[in-house]
Amino acid sequence: MAGKVGAMKKKTWLRAEVGASRAIACLVLLALWQAIALSGLFFQDVVPSIDRVLFAFWSVLADPLFYRNLGVTFGEMLVSLAVGCSTGLAAGLALGGSPFLSRAYEHFLHYLGSAPKIIFFPLMILWFGVGPGSKVGMGVISCFFPVAISVAAGMRAVNPVWIRVGRSFRASPLQMVTKVYLPAMRTPILNGFRLGVGVAIIGVLLAETKLSNQGLGFMVMQSYSRFDMPRMYALLIIVIAMAVAFNTLAMRLAGSKP
Amino acid sequence: MRHWRHRLLPVAVGLASLALLAAVVELMVRSSLINPFIMPTPSSVFGSFGRLIGEEHGLARLGATAAEVLAASVLITVVGVPVALLLHWRVRLRAAFESWVAALAAAPLVLAYPLFLVLFGRSQLTIVVMAFAAGVAPVILKTVEGFAGVRPVLVDVGRSLRLTPSQLFWKILLPAAIPSIFVGLRLGLIFALLTVTGVEFLINIGGLGHLINELAERYDMPGTYAAITFVVLVSVIFFAILESGERWLARSAR
Repeated sequence: MAGKVGAMKKKTWLRAEVGASRAIACLVLLALWQAIALSGLFFQDVVPSIDRVLFAFWSVLADPLFYRNLGVTFGEMLVSLAVGCSTGLAAGLALGGSPFLSRAYEHFLHYLGSAPKIIFFPLMILWFGVGPGSKVGMGVISCFFPVAISVAAGMRAVNPVWIRVGRSFRASPLQMVTKVYLPAMRTPILNGFRLGVGVAIIGVLLAETKLSNQGLGFMVMQSYSRFDMPRMYALLIIVIAMAVAFNTLAMRLAGSKP
Repeated sequence: MRHWRHRLLPVAVGLASLALLAAVVELMVRSSLINPFIMPTPSSVFGSFGRLIGEEHGLARLGATAAEVLAASVLITVVGVPVALLLHWRVRLRAAFESWVAALAAAPLVLAYPLFLVLFGRSQLTIVVMAFAAGVAPVILKTVEGFAGVRPVLVDVGRSLRLTPSQLFWKILLPAAIPSIFVGLRLGLIFALLTVTGVEFLINIGGLGHLINELAERYDMPGTYAAITFVVLVSVIFFAILESGERWLARSAR
């Protein structure tokens, strides 16, 4: 009993220590930032002081332009997710369902999937124009590969007994997909989508920073070229927080049990 | 015969369909069914490879990219492994900050490239720092995992032989953790290469990524397509080397 109480005490103590060291680390980081900002080590404004970034943060959030650009980025992302996930799912089902197709084509997917996606942006501009089309294109090619690869691998891992049961009930190919494969592949499909969401956001936003006249990426580059550093810091914090939030949301959805 | 039908035939079909696709695109571009300003003929793309190596100094640019990746890899290793060791030795630090490292690994740092540009200037330093930032977290995480996964009996054997802490580290902990460390290094180096070429393209400086951007801005379409293909090939070869290195290490560790 005494040992149990001791262990519990130790646990709470450790938790308190963890919390304290995190808080101290946060404070040290913030103090370091402020000290660097005020020290004049960097050129003026390269590291703006915290209060100015906070002020810029509020002014960005109060700016109606921000919400318009947020809407543009959000729209591009939704379209690219819809297209990228559905084409990736279809390609993954085709490759996972046929050993022949998989041996013939899947290594191409792995090759293209492992290359940095942003280098395809010049082609996206050529094919889909300088407007939102090329950003959607970037999101689609970012999203397509992880979804297709994950779905194909997941389909091969489906229990063969279930497939035989489906066949012995003379299920049509469509029925096989909707009644056997898709329910059995819930986890790999959702995992693929999760990976796809993460990279699609990055693809869309990076494309916007490279060449665009609207969207959050454009706003970041605009404040960069005007050397409005507090605003750029604030926008980057918002953009990265948004990407992380989407990722976490997708992870929660993928991890949740029915 | 079986080998042919199961292994070689699909690969042949894959390559043949690639060739067929190229031929169809070639015909469609030549007959202007596809706008030649959007899609150069595959033959002209293929013919541009020599030009990339010769006129555009492709090999020197590959060298610049490789040097950046190498610099970042060295930084990743000499920072990542000791930090992991620190986290391993100090339980409280690990409890407090391992999840922070995991968050760093998942954060889309590449989006902050304008910030890195401002801080480190438009130079290769920015590229190396960004590649380091992208690659160091997986190395730390996997190395901590590797040290934590060393079988306690091995450590006990070392203790009963009265090894000093440094002997314990060099003779027992490190060798036992090497396979896991290398998994982390492979991931870290992949992230480093992706970040290097991506950021080179975005900020228009350095090696291969810069080459793509330059050719695209010159509207040299066959060159752009060829350079993109070249970068894809380079990354495929890089990953294949890392993968076989890791497999070799796993085999020799057993």
